Amino acid sequence: MLTAAESEALLLSLKVSGTAVGVALPFALAAAFLLARTRFPGKILLDGLLHLPLVLPPVVVGYLLLLLLGTREPLGAWLLQHLGLRFAFSWTGAALAAGIITFPFQLRAIRLALHSLDNGLAEAAETLGAGPLDRFFNLVVPLALPGILAGAITAFAACLGEFGAIITFVSNIPGETQTLPLAIYSALQSPGGETEAARLSALSIGLALVSVTFAELAERRVQAFIGR
Amino acid sequence: MTIAVRLRHRLGDFALDVDFAVDRPGVIALFGASGAGKSSVANAVAGLFRPALGRIVIGERVVFDSDARIFVPPRVRRIGYVFQDPRLFPHMSVANNLRFGWRRAPERADETEFERITALLGLEELLKRNPAKLSGGEKRRVALGRALLCSPSLLILDEPLSGLDEVRKEEILPWFEKLRDQTRIPMLYVTHALEEVSRLADSLIVLRKGKVAAVGSAFDLLPDVEFANLADSAPYGAVFTASVVSGHADGGLTELAFDGGSIFVARLDQPAGAIVRVRFKAEDVMLARVIPGAISANNVLSATVVATRLSGEAHADVQMSVGSIKIVARITRASLARLAIRPGLSVFAIIKAVIVDSR
Repeated sequence: MLTAAESEALLLSLKVSGTAVGVALPFALAAAFLLARTRFPGKILLDGLLHLPLVLPPVVVGYLLLLLLGTREPLGAWLLQHLGLRFAFSWTGAALAAGIITFPFQLRAIRLALHSLDNGLAEAAETLGAGPLDRFFNLVVPLALPGILAGAITAFAACLGEFGAIITFVSNIPGETQTLPLAIYSALQSPGGETEAARLSALSIGLALVSVTFAELAERRVQAFIGR
Repeated sequence: MTIAVRLRHRLGDFALDVDFAVDRPGVIALFGASGAGKSSVANAVAGLFRPALGRIVIGERVVFDSDARIFVPPRVRRIGYVFQDPRLFPHMSVANNLRFGWRRAPERADETEFERITALLGLEELLKRNPAKLSGGEKRRVALGRALLCSPSLLILDEPLSGLDEVRKEEILPWFEKLRDQTRIPMLYVTHALEEVSRLADSLIVLRKGKVAAVGSAFDLLPDVEFANLADSAPYGAVFTASVVSGHADGGLTELAFDGGSIFVARLDQPAGAIVRVRFKAEDVMLARVIPGAISANNVLSATVVATRLSGEAHADVQMSVGSIKIVARITRASLARLAIRPGLSVFAIIKAVIVDSR
């Protein structure tokens, strides 16, 4: 049904998006907790900074990543030499770019969920002997699970569609950084590629429908779990 | 066990300036109108609120002392707290809610204690249920069990019956009595309901506008005409303990003896010698100058008037002593004048309805 190139783009899209969301999630959770539950100087600044990817053109984010993490740049070179991490022209770079672009989606959803948490439950847990970490993992995280899930799913869907930051940072390499949107772009650039572009677009639409359905099912399971 | 609380704190226009100590364990009622500062005091004792100044001692333990910079965080205070709303964890079963504090207790009570508390509160059938599926009364019982299972040195009950209708309240109150009589855990019972105080409290702290208006025995403070001054609440008729004389008095009645006489109530299922708590409302006491003859009331007590106090437009409270106990009658001003009631006078108090509680 799918050609080798098509399934390659599909699997790469899933890998890039999954990695992007999974790696960004703990950071989003920590940042959301800081912003929703604590007070510190410079909080507004951090808030704005974390939301920057939402308002910056993705191409700018890609360009900044290139400036920062290209193999000839100091930080990029250091990461490659000491940690063996290479982002430039690699699928990990695509995941990093997608993760940064969609970070605000996760942050906002989790933060909203944390805001709506009943502080009385935390007080009750405190009188019952639960310390801050205990309360975070046994109360806050489970109760914020619908928000965490909603954020992750929105971010995943947005990652699947990310184009500008990926193509700018890690270029368009089939099998390495060519996710579905990039493959559609390439097909449209080549003579007679309209059919291929249409097939890939249909694939994207199908993928979106599957994720939305899955999200709905997961949401219901989680709501039932926390007894709402 | 002593519970000593001294604290000062300013919250906007409201100034909290509280100082009291209670030596007797049992049920300590923290009574006052809403806005009197009851919950702030309870939260300070639990450690959920840190006052600007003060010192709080529970038993031998100083849990807060602003001078010595001592503040024991709530999670180490081991004070069981039952909040106004049950605050059950929605993502855990009833059993896991109950075990939440139990698992975190430094000296965890053994499984038999878990079974004892669940049995004491009648929770066995609910263990696997989801908190959202419980009735209001059941939720309160689970919250109570959860607080009890963290091996608390003190139990705080903050308006634990608020939001429940009369039927549900009647369903929960006996559990509190059972708890008072079967565990040795002192309870700080926060309420603005005179009925609950008269039924449960041993000691009473009256809060008014952020200050302590009175501290003492509930048996002594409630049936006192001055209570109206202190608490913005009508006084209660009487609260005292009495012992069962005989389970089978004549006419299906049970005789209860107290220091000052005896009263008769509808038959109680209690052996002779059992101690019960007896109370009645001031509205349910009538006064007579001469002993009434043909009368349906079973209880006519010989009393001496100690004081009178006018109340509202039309009423008067009459303070009397019967033996060593205090009683109050609420009559009209017209009756007060007609009977020429004044301190020192001997009268007969006719009790229309007597309530007997366990103790």
